[in-house]
Amino acid sequence: MKLLKIGMCLLSIFFTPSVVFAQSNTKLKIGFMLPYSGTFAALGNAIENGFTLYIKENGGKLAGREIVYIKVDDESDPSKATDNVNKLIKRDNVDVIIGTVHSGVAMAMAKVAKDTGTTLIIPNAGADAITGPMCAKNIFRSSFTNGQPGYAMGEVAAKKNHKTAITLTWKYAAGEESVKGFKDSFEKGGGKVIKDLTLPFPNVEFQALLTEIAAAKPDIVYSFFAGAGAVKLVKDYAAAGLNKTIPLYGPGFLTDGLLEALGDSAKGMLTTLHYADGLNTKRDKEFRLSYAKTFLLQPDVYAVQGYDAAQMLAIGLKASQGDVSRKDDFAKAIRSATIDSPRGPFTISKAHNPIQDFYLREVIGKENKSIGIASKSLADAARGCNM
Amino acid sequence: MDFFTLLIQVLNAVQYGLLLFLVAAGLTLIFGMMGIINLAHGSFYMIGAYLSFGLAPIVAQTIGGGFLVTLVVGLIFAIFLGYLLEWLFYSYLYERDHLQQVLMTYGLILVFEEIRSLLLGDDVHSVAIPAWLSASVQLGDIMTYPIYRLFISGICLLLAAAMLIVLTKTRLGMMIRAGSVNREMTQSLGVNIQFLYRLVFASGVAIAAFAGMIAAPVTSVYPGMGQSILIICFVVVVIGGIGSIRGALIASLLIGFVDTFSKVLLPNVAGVLVYVLMATILLWKPSGLFKAGS
Repeated sequence: MKLLKIGMCLLSIFFTPSVVFAQSNTKLKIGFMLPYSGTFAALGNAIENGFTLYIKENGGKLAGREIVYIKVDDESDPSKATDNVNKLIKRDNVDVIIGTVHSGVAMAMAKVAKDTGTTLIIPNAGADAITGPMCAKNIFRSSFTNGQPGYAMGEVAAKKNHKTAITLTWKYAAGEESVKGFKDSFEKGGGKVIKDLTLPFPNVEFQALLTEIAAAKPDIVYSFFAGAGAVKLVKDYAAAGLNKTIPLYGPGFLTDGLLEALGDSAKGMLTTLHYADGLNTKRDKEFRLSYAKTFLLQPDVYAVQGYDAAQMLAIGLKASQGDVSRKDDFAKAIRSATIDSPRGPFTISKAHNPIQDFYLREVIGKENKSIGIASKSLADAARGCNM
Repeated sequence: MDFFTLLIQVLNAVQYGLLLFLVAAGLTLIFGMMGIINLAHGSFYMIGAYLSFGLAPIVAQTIGGGFLVTLVVGLIFAIFLGYLLEWLFYSYLYERDHLQQVLMTYGLILVFEEIRSLLLGDDVHSVAIPAWLSASVQLGDIMTYPIYRLFISGICLLLAAAMLIVLTKTRLGMMIRAGSVNREMTQSLGVNIQFLYRLVFASGVAIAAFAGMIAAPVTSVYPGMGQSILIICFVVVVIGGIGSIRGALIASLLIGFVDTFSKVLLPNVAGVLVYVLMATILLWKPSGLFKAGS
């Protein structure tokens, strides 16, 4: 029984979200609802780092208000998402919510934000619907929609005169949206997707599907995976010898932050994303230096998205004189701004999603080096958004 | 699908099934012999994988050995860990109901994940395939098959044979089987059941960690890898019959085939077919294909 008690104590320690209580009403309360544990923990930390870096660079204040952070670990678990976001809104009375990585969790957050009118800035999750049918005046995104990188890659593949493609992804919304983006532009450019291969999430046994690809012999394979699944696919693909004859294309998530784990198997791979190594702009160099100095880490695309979420918040707050409840002024300022991002300047569409350049990147050494722009000022389709 | 592709898919299925068996074998041993629902089994697999990632540079520096030396060091560590865990935690669970077992072993998952996060971080890592196993065989005109995967299959078959022989043909195996049927009676016959259980548990942990270690080069090493394999392992154990090594082997191969061919032929329902298989088998044989002791 004693042991059980100790176990329960340990459990309660792990389950308590770290909470910092606010002391004064004039402070701006920002709620981070991000993954701090599990597969996406590293992404959650990078987003928070990027966000706080911008605030620090600006003296720790936004529109003259001091800032308090309140953190909740969303565990990338959609079933807990509504409770977690309600905790931030009702218990902690936050002014703004920043989150999250997982699309399913972000969908639940967007729904609550839409109902309660709380300002929400999404620093990663790419679910099309958030800036589609779910779009709202108080919901913004600093990252991308899932279809965008795929669309850019489809243009590249068609320009390279590839005629046939097989797509390969997990059978879930993010993967299907990414594949749809690719298919739209690839088929518009004269290509043909001959087969869509899927496997149940989060299964990573690829061997059977690789055999299918070898038998069908398409010109290219377009694939959407992230994290451990991406590492396993790229390595299995190379081990099966397919990379020699059938190039593997994908959005940047296939290689981003994974090059150490991928080793030689990713050499020369082409991916598309709104950020890349070796951009060589003044803005990006300053950002990287500042980030590296502060956190003793190299920034990645997630850090940039967190940083830009803070920039968007700053723009909105400036126009509304620090009052988040003046939603029209807040939204109008962000919509008409050009955000000076390390990725390159971008604007925000009517549906509140970035209109941005997508880079074509090649894996050279341990970097995803930009080798040009795959698609200029690409907006998302924003199907079903009435605003 | 032509005949040649079909053959390759059969190979894929067997290979995946054998890997599953390797992880599930330790679980069926602990579950079947000791009657403990051990949710932390996936964590032992995860610990094994992280051992082969974390130990390799240390071993290379201090002892000066490659993949095989790392395997041996990792195995010794895993046996020691299993022995210690049984003594500290699991030995209190034999007399308790399943809910308490689930609670404690779930707690262990959280503890192990946190320790992993503190020691080695949350990044995805990979482990290099040892140079002497890194070749591939040509299959068809554009596809190759890595030798390492065949090596894993070979190891799994050897291990399955060894476990079967120990359990059915040796005195030790007889005592273990007796203990699983009636703990008190076996003890009263003069068998040191406490030590025996500690040994079985340590072997179960070691087998899972070993599976993690040799699977690491093909699966990569990542947070939460233990939980993702745990569920399918329970499916193997339940289909095969709790405690039956032979059952676990056949169940693993069955799942390998269903998983591989459903992905190719029926991709829309691939996710559920394995569970449909489990339900069907349980309807037909409620205690699994081979019940331990039968």
